[in-house]
Amino acid sequence: MATRKRRVGPWSLGTVVAWLITIFVVAMLAIVADWERIGHHFFNLEVAEAMLPQLLTVAARNTVIYTIASFCIGFVLALMLALMRLSSFGPARAFALAYIELFRGLPALVTLILLAFGIPIAFSLRIPGGSMGAAVTGLSIVAGAYMAETIRGGIEAVPRGQMEAARSLGMSHGRTMFSIILPQAFRIMIPPLTNEFVLLIKDTSLFYVVGSTPATRELVKFARDFMSDRRNATPLTVIAVVYLLITLPLTYLVRRLEARVGKGR
Amino acid sequence: MSTPAIQIIELHKYFGDLEVLKGIDFQIDRGEVVCIVGPSGSGKSTLLRCVNLLEEPTSGQVLIDGIDITDPSVDIDQMRTRIGMVFQQFNLFPHLTVLGNLTIAQIKVLKRSKEEAETVAMDMLERVGVADKAHEYPIRCSGGQQQRVAIARSLCMGPEMMLFDEPTSALDPELVGEVLDVMRSLARDGMTMMVVTHEMGFAKDVADRVVFMDDGVIVEEGPPSEVLVNPRTDRARRFLRMVAEK
Ligand SMILES: Nc1ncnc2c1ncn2[C@@H]1O[C@H](COP(=O)(O)OP(=O)(O)OP(=O)(O)O)[C@@H](O)[C@H]1O
Ligand SMILES: [Mg+2]
Repeated sequence: MATRKRRVGPWSLGTVVAWLITIFVVAMLAIVADWERIGHHFFNLEVAEAMLPQLLTVAARNTVIYTIASFCIGFVLALMLALMRLSSFGPARAFALAYIELFRGLPALVTLILLAFGIPIAFSLRIPGGSMGAAVTGLSIVAGAYMAETIRGGIEAVPRGQMEAARSLGMSHGRTMFSIILPQAFRIMIPPLTNEFVLLIKDTSLFYVVGSTPATRELVKFARDFMSDRRNATPLTVIAVVYLLITLPLTYLVRRLEARVGKGR
Repeated sequence: MSTPAIQIIELHKYFGDLEVLKGIDFQIDRGEVVCIVGPSGSGKSTLLRCVNLLEEPTSGQVLIDGIDITDPSVDIDQMRTRIGMVFQQFNLFPHLTVLGNLTIAQIKVLKRSKEEAETVAMDMLERVGVADKAHEYPIRCSGGQQQRVAIARSLCMGPEMMLFDEPTSALDPELVGEVLDVMRSLARDGMTMMVVTHEMGFAKDVADRVVFMDDGVIVEEGPPSEVLVNPRTDRARRFLRMVAEK
């Protein structure tokens, strides 16, 4: 009883120590930090302003385009892989499983470099769309592997009776899949797919390594170029804000959707 | 003698090593109503599901109107439009309205126009007494209404026979009657029906014949006045006593 009482008050020993440590650390930072330097390099309005036109018309725009393209191609791939995973044809199942495990197991960067450099070197074959075409293809391949499992999960979450009812009305397996099962599965899949979209937004930053022209740069490459030009770190702050402006609302939306799906079931 | 609507010959069904149907032979004539009764796990659902090939028989034949549907060259989707099926859990499509549930297979399988399909659908909803729910989603209907919609959905395909797998078992007691009434009127209109049920009253009233199954075989079959009132076998007697006590 006695020990319990000591923990009840807001100013227990632990809390006091935690506060003291926090205040100490913040105070030391405030004293030691060179605020002028930080302000100049990370929050430089002049640099931020200089970025602005291209930031929106080129970099952010490209990031969004690459994300949407990778998502759409990846989704089509994923749908085919998921259907193969669930097919009664053994080799199709084995292929899909191998694909999914391979591209989920590798760092996305390896796949990107393979598409952008490995294949061109090996086969002197260029993927249409230049290095960005290769990068989008690579990211689509990876996204397809991840989304395939999401889609499979969604399909499997639809009760078996739905397939049986549709089949007993004379609908074929494929027809049932597209008219009955998938529309229900997609509802279940919207939150995880939105999540996947958020991950893809961030993964387009990997395009940094494959080499782009001024017109095809995405956010990170754009910022890095600007940093070299100006010898200033503010571009990092600027793109951080842009990323968060895109990802935070989406993450919030996912949470809302998840709550709704949870309630509807 | 015309060909029977359903004829089952020497039907065996295994799930892995488990033999669930151990040689079933029987037939249902056109317009006949047959109720299948028996203890849980005796294979009633499996038998019913073999009739439209939702389960693939391990061996034996299932003839629908003389056509052996276990023959792989038979177009099973086409055959299934001739055999309606009603499930214990209704299995309505939750993402479609009641009307959508009734029209989708008509449009996609029978290639009817949307208008034509909707006309048929409204007729059938009228017939089962839920026309006022046409534009609702299934979730907004009571269990009894949902099951009647499911029956109407099957009827839209113009089936020659209907299979029912415990159509009232998932319903609250007060909703059982409305579904049985619809089934009674179907029987009166001459529909060929194969009904797995625990509703002994319904079987006595409506069935032309009752089949008692146990442990994967047909133990006894005959008119309800015999099988349900004076069964010949011990097994059937024991089962009926058990049902009566519930
Ligand atoms: N898909 C399946 N895989 C494996 N075993 C199954 C499968 N379906 C049914 N069985 C088994 O087959 C046996 C018969 O099942 P069935 O559903 O036909 O019985 P039933 O007479 O309809 O019983 P109930 O009155 O409980 O519905 C049971 O032992 C069941 O466990
Ligand atoms: Mg059953």
